[in-house]
Amino acid sequence: MKITLKVWRQKNAQDNGRFETYNVADIESDMSFLEMMDVLNQQLIKDKKDPVAFDHDCREGICGMCSMVINGHPHGHVKATTTCQLHMRSFKDGDTIVVEPWRAKAFPVIKDLAVDRSAFDKVIQAGGYISVNTGSAPEANSVPVPQDMAEKAMDAAECIGCGACVAACKNSSAMLFLSAKVSHMALLPQGQPERKKRVISMMKAHDEAGFGSCTNTGACEAYCPKGISITNIARLNREFLSAALSSEQPV
Amino acid sequence: MKLDAKIPAGNLEDKWTTYRSKCKLVSPANKRRLDVIVIGSGLAGASAAATLGELGYNVKCFCFQDSPRRAHSIAAQGGINAAKNYQNDGDSIYRLFYDTIKGGDYRSREANVYRLAEASVQIIDQCVAQGVPFAREYGGLLANRSFGGVQVSRTFYARGQTGQQLLLGAYSALSRQIAAGSVKMYNRHEMLDVVVIDGKARGIIARNLITGQLERHGAHAVLLCTGGYGNVFYLSTNAMGSNVTAAWKAHRKGALFANPCFTQIHPTCIPVTSGYQSKLTLMSESLRNDGRVWVPKKKEDRLKPPQQIPEEDRDYYLERMYPAFGNLVPRDIASRAAKVVCDEGRGVVKSGYAVYLDFSDAIKRLGKDVIAARYGNLFEMYQRIADDNPYETPMKIFPAVHYTMGGLWVDYDLSTTIPGLYALGEANFSDHGANRLGASALMQGLADGYFVIPVTIAQFLADEIRTPPINTNQAAFAEAQNNVQAQIDRLLGIKGNKSVDDFHMALGKIMWDKCGMARNAEGLKQARKEIQTLREEFWQNVLVPGTANEFNPELEKAGRVADFLELGELMVIDALNREESCGGHFREEFTEDGEAKRDDANFQYVAAWEFTGTGKDPQLHKEELVFENVKPSTRSYK
Amino acid sequence: MSSEIATKTYSLSWLGHFFSSSVGRKLIMSLTGLFLCLFLAVHMSGNLQLLKSDGGRAFNEYAYFMTHFAPIKVVSYITYFLILLHAFDGVALALKNRQARPVKYAATPAGSTWASRNMALLGIIIFFFLVVHLKSFWFEYKFGAMPSVTYDGKEFKDLYSIVKEAFSQWWYVLLYLVSLVALAYHLIHGFQSAFQTLGLSHKKYTPIIQAFGWIFSIGVNLGFAIQPLYLFFIQQS
Repeated sequence: MKITLKVWRQKNAQDNGRFETYNVADIESDMSFLEMMDVLNQQLIKDKKDPVAFDHDCREGICGMCSMVINGHPHGHVKATTTCQLHMRSFKDGDTIVVEPWRAKAFPVIKDLAVDRSAFDKVIQAGGYISVNTGSAPEANSVPVPQDMAEKAMDAAECIGCGACVAACKNSSAMLFLSAKVSHMALLPQGQPERKKRVISMMKAHDEAGFGSCTNTGACEAYCPKGISITNIARLNREFLSAALSSEQPV
Repeated sequence: MKLDAKIPAGNLEDKWTTYRSKCKLVSPANKRRLDVIVIGSGLAGASAAATLGELGYNVKCFCFQDSPRRAHSIAAQGGINAAKNYQNDGDSIYRLFYDTIKGGDYRSREANVYRLAEASVQIIDQCVAQGVPFAREYGGLLANRSFGGVQVSRTFYARGQTGQQLLLGAYSALSRQIAAGSVKMYNRHEMLDVVVIDGKARGIIARNLITGQLERHGAHAVLLCTGGYGNVFYLSTNAMGSNVTAAWKAHRKGALFANPCFTQIHPTCIPVTSGYQSKLTLMSESLRNDGRVWVPKKKEDRLKPPQQIPEEDRDYYLERMYPAFGNLVPRDIASRAAKVVCDEGRGVVKSGYAVYLDFSDAIKRLGKDVIAARYGNLFEMYQRIADDNPYETPMKIFPAVHYTMGGLWVDYDLSTTIPGLYALGEANFSDHGANRLGASALMQGLADGYFVIPVTIAQFLADEIRTPPINTNQAAFAEAQNNVQAQIDRLLGIKGNKSVDDFHMALGKIMWDKCGMARNAEGLKQARKEIQTLREEFWQNVLVPGTANEFNPELEKAGRVADFLELGELMVIDALNREESCGGHFREEFTEDGEAKRDDANFQYVAAWEFTGTGKDPQLHKEELVFENVKPSTRSYK
Repeated sequence: MSSEIATKTYSLSWLGHFFSSSVGRKLIMSLTGLFLCLFLAVHMSGNLQLLKSDGGRAFNEYAYFMTHFAPIKVVSYITYFLILLHAFDGVALALKNRQARPVKYAATPAGSTWASRNMALLGIIIFFFLVVHLKSFWFEYKFGAMPSVTYDGKEFKDLYSIVKEAFSQWWYVLLYLVSLVALAYHLIHGFQSAFQTLGLSHKKYTPIIQAFGWIFSIGVNLGFAIQPLYLFFIQQS
C-alpha cells in the first residue's frame, strides 16, 4: 500500500504548529497504524529529518497511551479500538490520512502528536480513590457485592484514561472519564463512605482543569475504545446533584 | 564478595512473623525526615510509593510514561493467585509456596517464596478494600478460577484485565498520597543513573523527558521497581518503553545481576506477520483448555488451508508427546515443543514460525455458544489483529518472550548488594526461579510493594535517622550527571547511518536465535561475539536525530538499546555458564529423552554477576540454594 | 467543641459555585428547558383556536384571557425570565465550551447527531425568531395601535386580524417554518438531554423518555406549523 499522510507537526507547546505531508510506501495491510508511523519515522530518520513524536507504549490496547485523531476520528474510524489496535487493512491503497493530536485546552501539545494529559491525574488525585491504608483492610469476603453491581462497576472501571472522550467531545469535556471513575466507586459498597465528598471534589478538579461541560452529544461513547456508556454520565450528574445539594461539603 | 541472603532463622512458617516482630522501626517523627525515591509506578512501584507515603516517609516517585497509571503491569490479563482457599479445594499458604517453588524448577529461595504466599492473602483484602472490581459469584462473594495448570482454584480475576484493575487500585492509593503531599510524582522522567556515596545509594540522575533537563534527586534510599528486560529480544509482549536501564545502571554501579538468562517464553501469542512488527500480543493461556495444538505431518502441507488437511495428516504433537497433560503442559514445555516442530519445517505461516490452535473439536462438542461465552473476547481480539475468524479457521500462534525471572540480586530485605538500593517486583530475581507460574507476577509485585518493603526498609532506614537530607551538590552527583550527559552527547554526536531500531532488531534476532527457547554452547559463544560486534558498531554508526534539550523519543530509545546491548551479553554469559536445563533455560546439550535435565549437584545456585567493565568477563558469585522444606524432584508431564 | 459548632458559619457562596460548576450550569439549562417545553405545549394548544372558523372570536377571547388573568400573567413573566435565563446560560456555556478547545481540528470528530452538536446555533435561530415573533404580536398587542372587535357588547383587541395579515405573506410563513424546524431539532436533542443532565437514566425508562421526546418535539412543532399554513392556504382562498 501507498499512503499519503498529513501529519500535525508542532515543535513544542509554544510553537503554532502546521500540517506536513509525507508519502509512505510498502505499507502492509497487517501493520498497525502505529507500525505505519514507525515506517514513516524510520524514513524521516534516514533522511536526517525530525521523526514524528507520538505517545504509545503497550501496543495492545490497554495502557491508554496512544492518542491520535485520524481523519477526524479519535483512535480512527473503527469502533471500540485504540490507535495501536487499528490496522492498515482498514484503509485503502492511495488513501490520504490526516493525523492530528488530541485537541483540548486541558491537554496541551508537548510535541507533534504527543499531548500532556496530566489533567486526568489531577482529577483522580482530587478523590478518585478509596481511603484505605495498607494493612487496615478487612477480610475480602466480609463485604459481599451483588454480582450485577460488581459487573457494572467493572464496566466503568475498564476506562483506560486515554482521553479519546475529551478529543471527541465538541466541548473537550472529560465527563465520560470522570463519570467512569465516580461510577466505579459509587456502585461498590467500599466506595460509600467518601461517595459525596469524592464526586464534589472530582467535579471541581474537572472544571478547574479547563475541560468543557457535557452537552450529551454521545460522541465520547461513540469513540471510547472500551465502550464506556454515557449512562455513567447520567449517574455522575445524579451523584453530583444529590451530593452538592444534600451534603454539607462545600461545592 | 560473600552473598548473604539474610534469611531469618527459624521454621519456614515463622520466619516472616519473627522478622516483623524483631526488625528495627523508624518513629513517625523520623519518617518525616527520611526521603525515599521509587523508580517505576507499576504494581510494585505504585504500591510501594503509596504505602511508604502512608507511613509518613517523604517519597518521590518517577515514571517514564505520561501517567503512573500506564505502567506495563496494566497489560496482565489472567489473574492473581492467593491462598485464600475460598473454594475449599485444599489450598493453603504452604501449597501455594510449594507450587511456586516447583513451578520455578527449584531455582528460587524458599524463605522469599513462603513470604510471598503468606502476603498473597492480605493482597486480596487490600485490593478489595480499594475497590478493585474482582469477579464475583451470584451470592456476592469473590469468584476464583484455576490457572496455569495447578490443581486448585486460587486465581482472582477481573475479566481479562486483572492487571489493569490492580494497577488502577495501586494508582488510586498513590494518587491519594500525591494529593496528601507525601508522594511527589515525576511523570515523563527517566532515571539514567543511581548515585552511590560512601557505598550507599543516595539518589539518582533523572532526565525530564519533555525538556531534556537532567535533574539530581537525593534520598536516603532508592527503590527500583522497573520491571523486566524482555525487550532485549526486540519483539516481546512487553510495552515498547519497557527497559533495563535503571537496573543496568545499578548493576554498573555494583549491584549484582542474578540469573539473567531465565526468561519466560509464553506459548500462545499471535505470530510475527511482518518485518515491521513492533510488538507481540499475548493470547490468554486459558485458550489451551479447549484448543488443540497441531501442525501438518507433512512439510508440503504447511501452507495449505488447514481445513483441507485431513485428520490423519495432522500432528497433534503435544497430545502425542505428553499424553498425560496433552495441550495443558506448562508454558516452557509447550513453547519448546512448538519450536521443535517449526524447526522441522512444519510451521504453518510463510515464515514457518506458527502452529495451529484449533477449536473445531471443542465447537463440535460444546457448541459455538459455549466457546463464545468462554473465549468470545479473546476471539474478537485475535480477529482484530490477525484478521481471521477463529470460529472457522484455527488460530495461528507462536511463543513469545513474556517475562524475565532474572533480575537484580536481592536479599530477604529486597536489598541489592548496594545498601539503600532495593529492587522490587519483576526487577528482582527472587521468587520465580527458572519459570514463573501464571497469575504469580501480579502477586509478587504487590506483595513486595504493599507488604514487604514497608517493613524491611526500616531495617536500613532506622540507622539513617541522623543522616540529613542528601545534598545533591556533592561530587558524586556531579560526576554521575556528567557521565549521563556525556553518554547523551556521545549518542547524539555519532550521526551514523543506522537507526536505533535497526540495532535493536539485530540484537533481538541474535538473542532470539541463540539465547531464546533453546540454547547451546556453540550458539551462545557465537552470540557473545556478535553482540560485541553489534555494540561496537552501535557506538560508531547509530543515528540519533534531534537534540538533548527537547522531547526526543529516539534519544530515549538509544539509551535503552545501549544498555540492552550490554545486558544481552551478560544473558549469554549466564546461559553459557548454566550447564543444565531448568525451567525457561533449555540447553540442548543437557537433556534426557529430549526433555530438560536439571543438574542439582552442580547448579543449585543463584548465579549473581558482578560488573567488571563493558565487554569484560563479569565476576560470578554463587548463592547456594538450600531446600529445607521441599525436596527437588524432576518435573514430568508425560 | 464539636466540629458542628466549630464550622457553624453559613454562607450563600456555595450557590454561586454550584450554579457555575459545569453540571450546575447544565442543571439550569435542563430545568428551564423542560419548563419551556411545557410552555410550548400550552402555547401551541391554545393557539389552535386560530383554526376555528369563527372569524377569530375564540382566539381573541383567548388572547384577552391570557393577558388579563392574574395567575397567568405571573406565569408569563416567569416564562420571559426563564427564556432569558435559558438563553444567557446557553450562551455562557457555549462560550466557555469553545474555550476548552483553542485549536480546532482540521477534520472534526462526529460520532453524534448534528442537532446535539449545534444546540447553540439552533438556540440563536430560535432566539431571533422570538424577537421577530414578539415584535409582531406581543409588542403590537401590548403597545401597538390595535384594531378592535366587539363580541356580546364587550370590546376586544383584534389580534386575529394581525395574525391573519402576517401569515398572508409567504416569506413570513417561510420564516416561521424554518424556525419551527430549528425548534424541532433543538427539542429532539434537548428534551431527552434534559433528563440525562438530571441524572434520570434508566434501562427501562430512558427509551420511553426518548420516544416521548421525539413525538413531543415533532408533535408540538407540527401543531405550530399547521397554524400559519392554514391561515396562508385555507383562509386566503
